[in-house]
Amino acid sequence: MNAFSKRTYSYYFLLPAAIVYFVFFLLPTIMSIFFSMTWWTLTDWKFIGLENFKTFLTEPSLNIGFKNTLIYAIVTCTLKVVLGLLLGVFLSSKLRFSGFIRSMVFFPTLLSTIAVGIAFTMMMHPSQGIINVTLNAIGIIGPDWLGDTRIALLSVAFVDVWKGVGIATVIFIAGIMSIPQDYYEALMIDGGNAWHKFKSIILPLSRPAMNTVIILSFIGGLRTFDLVWAMTKGGPGFSTDLIASIIYKQYQAGFYGLSTAGNVILFVLVSALAFPLYGYLNRKEVDL
Amino acid sequence: MNNRKKFVSLLLSGALIAGALAGCGNKEESGGAQSSEGETLTFLIDNQTQLAGIEAVVDGFEAKNDIKVEIETRPGGVEGDNLIKTRLATGDMTDLVWNNSGSQLQALNPEQNFVDLTNEPFMEEIIDGYKAAVSANGKVFGIPGTPTNAGGWLYNKKVYEELGLSVPKTWDELMANNEKIKEAGKTAVIGSFKDTWTSQVIYLADNYNVLAENPTFAEDFTANKAKNATTPAALRSFEKLEEVHANGYMNEDFLATGYDAALKMLAEGEGAHYPMITFALANIAANYPDQMQDIGFFPQPSDSADVNGLTVWMPAGIFINKSSEKIDAAKKFIEFYVSQEGIDLYTSVVKPDGPFAVKGVELPDDVYPAVKDMIQYFESGNTAPALEFLSPVKGPNLEQITTQVGSGISSAKEGAELYDKDVEKQAKQLGLEGW
Repeated sequence: MNAFSKRTYSYYFLLPAAIVYFVFFLLPTIMSIFFSMTWWTLTDWKFIGLENFKTFLTEPSLNIGFKNTLIYAIVTCTLKVVLGLLLGVFLSSKLRFSGFIRSMVFFPTLLSTIAVGIAFTMMMHPSQGIINVTLNAIGIIGPDWLGDTRIALLSVAFVDVWKGVGIATVIFIAGIMSIPQDYYEALMIDGGNAWHKFKSIILPLSRPAMNTVIILSFIGGLRTFDLVWAMTKGGPGFSTDLIASIIYKQYQAGFYGLSTAGNVILFVLVSALAFPLYGYLNRKEVDL
Repeated sequence: MNNRKKFVSLLLSGALIAGALAGCGNKEESGGAQSSEGETLTFLIDNQTQLAGIEAVVDGFEAKNDIKVEIETRPGGVEGDNLIKTRLATGDMTDLVWNNSGSQLQALNPEQNFVDLTNEPFMEEIIDGYKAAVSANGKVFGIPGTPTNAGGWLYNKKVYEELGLSVPKTWDELMANNEKIKEAGKTAVIGSFKDTWTSQVIYLADNYNVLAENPTFAEDFTANKAKNATTPAALRSFEKLEEVHANGYMNEDFLATGYDAALKMLAEGEGAHYPMITFALANIAANYPDQMQDIGFFPQPSDSADVNGLTVWMPAGIFINKSSEKIDAAKKFIEFYVSQEGIDLYTSVVKPDGPFAVKGVELPDDVYPAVKDMIQYFESGNTAPALEFLSPVKGPNLEQITTQVGSGISSAKEGAELYDKDVEKQAKQLGLEGW
């Protein structure tokens, strides 16, 4: 073997993976950045520079979209972390039915988002839905969950949390389970109670799990589309529009270049928020 | 051991590839087999169109010719529009295509995608108003697939009788009727904004009144010379929508009520009025045949009793895919479709929900009462097409904007301004002149 093939030998192994990566990940990204600067009809395109970005950013409903996207991401992320952690602590203890309860919590994640959306839309019907019928039975007049512009977004976020908290719980259970028993034994010798156990052992040592949940659910929240589309289609009016649903509406209208520009903007936005957050969380992590 | 593993994996991957190939190949195979005994045309229709009438014509056509017509269905609405665009772009389109006329045809670039039918002899039988709605650059591309429709107010005659109301000639009279219906404890105007497209009807059905006041509005609108927010007659259309909500005439759960539920409310007399396009009559007839005699229709009233006319919706059309290999057979089919024979077959199973866009075709005497209400306007010539058939400009967010105005989130003025912005974006994307 000569020096050259010695040096390059190992790179042949990378080639298949590199081709897959290039064709399926890098190429579409480059293409979408290119098409975001064109007027595009799928068969025909014309280069128009940054015109699409200008049009997209002056979209009248975009202000609502940005605000809603952030609210949605923060609300769902917070609730998933808090509820996931509580459920994780609860379900990693030695309960009689923990297997059953674990599957109950995880079950919603297995359902199709669209099916969940349709089911909850029916349950949240202001006069015939099961939620308001139940509330009426105990004397409370329920709000119009999806029609009232003040709470419609939160209603959708609630369903998202219901559906997604199972994943967060599983990650937390895994994190908590991986904490070595020694710490608990040490705490017992020192005479700590359950609160100390939570505060001084579980909380700091399940940090990696928590960071994973935060990042996953935050990015998920920023990109959410399917649930909102199934439940409200961004309505009433534009009140529950997210950036992703605005993008989809441009695509629906046949403005392909414009919607691609929207996707590039969303990509930049998610990166701009997610990378610093990731870095910040990583710095705070402690070693086991 | 190792060799055996290799062999099994080879076998498996071989089976996979063979399966994949078989999946692709199947279609061609069956197509090839059929063409030996006669041609098969494929026909893509959306799943919201009533198929019964079209199927009757297809059956009649197949009986007379050695050509089969296979109907494929696709989703309706914007999802369907995208499906069509994608299939056209990838060259995977059926021979015959069902699509809306007017602005929704222009979005498909008809000159590039569909066969020019301008000089076909059967085109002479098609009324000019319809030809205009399926033309681009002076070439005509389609034939009417259903009778014409109108946009306006469907009402329940029983409720009108009970409360001693008469058909309104002006907007004020309509609002006075609404007030009485509301006092009687019924829903005066059925709102079904869960299906957002239904929220547009009050705005769109006002076009006759807009044109009565501004005859050149459609051209000016297309040329970027007239705006909704600054044209009083156009703004008035948004105001009418606003007024209905402001007075509380709609059912309380109008944001969660859908189109089907609304038809039920109208048929059963729970609601008195439903601003809708008359294609709903076929749906009502299918689900509530006994109530059909109770449903009447009047156009959206203007502010003056002298202006009283109908805003007409041109029917969806049948178009021939330009890259089809069976264009002659497809032409034969559409010729049959608009012939008296074809129309007779159509009306033998589906009662028309309006006059046909074909010259010399008489409607049967037993048409729905609501259609009789419509015909008088056609006979007196007091009709105008809806704006989307006169102008390629139609903003994609109109249904969200009318939902906002119709549910009190925005005022009429704000809605009109928002729509003007939306329209501007669309016109620029279409590359229209003057924008």
